[in-house]
Amino acid sequence: MRRPVPILLLAIALALPLSLLAGRVWLDPATTPNATVILAELRLPRGVLALVVGAGLGAAGAAMQGYLRNPLADPGLFGIAPGAALGAVLSFWLGYAAQPYALPAFALVGAGGAMALLSLIAGRGNSVLLFTLAGMMIASLAGALMSLAISLAPNPFAMSEIVTWLMGALTDRSWSDVWLAAPLIVIGIALLLLAGRGLDALTLGEEAARSLGMEPRALQWLLIGGVGLTVGSGVAVAGIIGFVGLIVPHLVRPLTDRRPSSLILPSALAGALLVLVADMLCRILPLASELRLGIALSLIGAPFFLALLLRIRRETV
Amino acid sequence: MLCADNITLGDRLDGVSAGIAPGRITAICGPNGAGKSSLLSVLAGLIAPDAGAAELDTTPIADLSPRARARAIGYLPQTPEVAWDVTVETLVDLGRLAWRGGPLAKRRSGGADDAAAIETALDAMELQDLRTRPLSRLSGGERSRALMARVLAGAPQWILADEPLANLDLAHQLALLRLLRREADAARGVVLVMHDLALAMNHADEVLVLDEGRRVALGEPETALSENVLREVWGVDARWVGEPGSRALALR
Repeated sequence: MRRPVPILLLAIALALPLSLLAGRVWLDPATTPNATVILAELRLPRGVLALVVGAGLGAAGAAMQGYLRNPLADPGLFGIAPGAALGAVLSFWLGYAAQPYALPAFALVGAGGAMALLSLIAGRGNSVLLFTLAGMMIASLAGALMSLAISLAPNPFAMSEIVTWLMGALTDRSWSDVWLAAPLIVIGIALLLLAGRGLDALTLGEEAARSLGMEPRALQWLLIGGVGLTVGSGVAVAGIIGFVGLIVPHLVRPLTDRRPSSLILPSALAGALLVLVADMLCRILPLASELRLGIALSLIGAPFFLALLLRIRRETV
Repeated sequence: MLCADNITLGDRLDGVSAGIAPGRITAICGPNGAGKSSLLSVLAGLIAPDAGAAELDTTPIADLSPRARARAIGYLPQTPEVAWDVTVETLVDLGRLAWRGGPLAKRRSGGADDAAAIETALDAMELQDLRTRPLSRLSGGERSRALMARVLAGAPQWILADEPLANLDLAHQLALLRLLRREADAARGVVLVMHDLALAMNHADEVLVLDEGRRVALGEPETALSENVLREVWGVDARWVGEPGSRALALR
């Protein structure tokens, strides 16, 4: 069942041109001077980056919910996003953040570190629960180290830079960010699609999944690679953007046959659409300074999610 | 033949050997903690024993690839869970996973075989009318048939189920046994962990009795579940009443 895919593709095709024109100053390509440069060098890379980052977060969220058999799972649970954020924070701390590629490179190394720790654990046990708890420990360790780095920041300027960056944004991104993140995220989504069959089997519980030929280690490797690349690269170029990985699979699930493998691609597309639209709203809102994307998504996401939960509760009671 | 060859597993199984023939219903019985579920998991290739081996037609199950094993042996756990509220059709479709290639090949390779196997499984468990219904809207009996249909969809030579009759009322127990009898008549092996000794007595062709991880008896129900065995293993003084095929247990 792939009905949502064409609809989402169509919505993205409509939203992308709109997002290119939208901003504090609406762009009229016919009259604005230098419209081509603004579009090609500022707004298009930002739009593409929003799509790519959102797609990664959406796909990772769908895969995580499938793996944990829990609709409340979120890609942050594996500790990869905090690991990447820790790397980025260190680049500020050490004063490298202003150099080109240094910040995303540090973040990718941080994500890689979290993935390496997860792999060490994956080599030891097959159980979903053990693996997830270990991921949560990595997340809280990275979070603590991040707070430590912030509290020991060399100067107030570095501290405020770190805190602002952590809020997540797509401001002032260029094609180089796109070229860095896009290939990694695409590979990550491909790995998650490969994990689909194992995730489908897990629908029936771990024991039944193994009786269907699911290999727990292979599945863990695919997830470490897939979630690591999608979320790690997303954080590297956009900071922490929450809620996408949690909400999007919820929205998309009723449109599919509810099998984890049928959810990954539509979630990637819906995640792309959500981040693109949220980023566009951030630019349009008449505030003194631009609203940070991470904050905006949480502001939209939290009440929305609460409403969703209450509705689900009413339906099941 | 599905064989347990001197299987030892921690303190749960102690040198259990048994040969199980296809085309029959074999019941594994025993008191709580006797090692019934552990033996079933070992026979299904899900747990590697500490010593001994489970063999499928003389090949050690541990030597089979996960996929080959999944195609040969269908397994239904004791407390089957389904994480997402899928329809009956989608649930049964999951039973085909071991026959499919990767995500790109999913809809193509063996698509016709898949569809035919799913139809056969839905027919066998009499679920055609319920195929588009989500699991949350099934009764307990319908749900257990849907879960069994998932196992059948894989067209396994062996069906291993851990207490599939628990939580079912008498009518549904008999209905499921009747459907499983059809599978056994179609030359599949059916191995069931069973708690209800009267059901085992009347419906199984072969009974394996375990006690404290050891094999106590293996054979026709009338001998394997004799009054002596009941006294020795379950510690109850009971008497079989009625005719063979419709026996009932009278406790004294």
